[in-house]
Amino acid sequence: MNLFLLLLAGIFVNNYVLSQFLGICPFLGVSKKIETAAGMGIAVIFVIVLASAASWAVYHLLLVPLKMEYLYNIAFILVIASLVQFVEMFLKKSMPALYQALGVFLPLITTNCAVLGVAVVNMQKDYSLIESVVNGFGGACGFALAIVLFAGIRERIAENDIPKAFQGYPLALITAGLMSIAFLGFSGLIQV
Amino acid sequence: MAKKRNIIKNGIFTENPTFVQVIGMCPTLATTTSAVNGIGMGLSTAVVLVCSNCFISLLRKVIPDKVRIPCFIVVIATFVTIVQFLLQAFFSELNQSLGLYIPLIVVNCIILGRAEAFASKNSVLDSICDGIGNGLGFTLALTCIGLIREFLGSGTLFGMTVLPEMFPKTLLFIMAPGAFFTLGTLMAALHYLQAKKAEHTKKGGKEA
Repeated sequence: MNLFLLLLAGIFVNNYVLSQFLGICPFLGVSKKIETAAGMGIAVIFVIVLASAASWAVYHLLLVPLKMEYLYNIAFILVIASLVQFVEMFLKKSMPALYQALGVFLPLITTNCAVLGVAVVNMQKDYSLIESVVNGFGGACGFALAIVLFAGIRERIAENDIPKAFQGYPLALITAGLMSIAFLGFSGLIQV
Repeated sequence: MAKKRNIIKNGIFTENPTFVQVIGMCPTLATTTSAVNGIGMGLSTAVVLVCSNCFISLLRKVIPDKVRIPCFIVVIATFVTIVQFLLQAFFSELNQSLGLYIPLIVVNCIILGRAEAFASKNSVLDSICDGIGNGLGFTLALTCIGLIREFLGSGTLFGMTVLPEMFPKTLLFIMAPGAFFTLGTLMAALHYLQAKKAEHTKKGGKEA
């Protein structure tokens, strides 16, 4: 498989948020301002890339030799939870500036289903280590792109006069629907 | 008994996980392409929720406070794996169509949320009731969305054809954007009804 195509497919065609509905909670929750959305996006890219590699290693080096593939779900979520904790401690000690910037978003990522979703997809499609990491990176970039664009739109919506019943989540969902239509234009671009 | 009934009612209506608390959005949007899928997803989540609430409530005095979140996640992941095996064995068609979203029940915020907010502080029976209430509330919401999307998108209800052939089918509704539109519109309608009801009771109160 061409790695470049895999990357492009992850960003545009199979966008995790807008066509597969993974990571909707942070997508709706932290998209009121562009800066926070960008922070979340970067944190997600960081964690997903690490998690793709770590879950690949756990699955192929630990679960497969022990014939315990059926435990993948428990193993992956533990890997992700401890990885997030570890990244948080590491950043706090060695890169305080980045830690400050990512701050509150890191712990939230444990329950971001995009992270577990990528790990499970990598396993189901039987990707190699490099393919897993590229797929994770592409998917995470797609998430970051979607959340930053969405935050940009929401910043403008906030200043408009909208019907009371539509304020908040309803309009946010409909906006996301329109963005999703735009991303449908990419479907069929690359066959994966 | 009245208290237990209240807990269940709270979960289904007053604090409906989908429409009021707005959590667990990913499966809500992804698996509601038809009513059957919606019910399947809702009930699978409900089973996991009831079991994990029960178990976590039993263990609430044993689990140390500092490591409670990892403990909860392990308990939840175990029940999700069990449910996944049961679906594979007995409902293999449903399992096929829900696919990736079955293992992802682990990261459904409803389950961890209820464990943290309710089961870790309340008795076993109350926690089971809370699980039933929230689980049914989630199922109800998913079924509603599924029915609407199925009707508009493929002209069927629970797999039976309702709309005549000549009627145009809006394919968009079973694709990704339709999920966002349906949920957004339903929520707006609910907000509108609530605002109207609040106004009504306010007026009624003044007159009386």
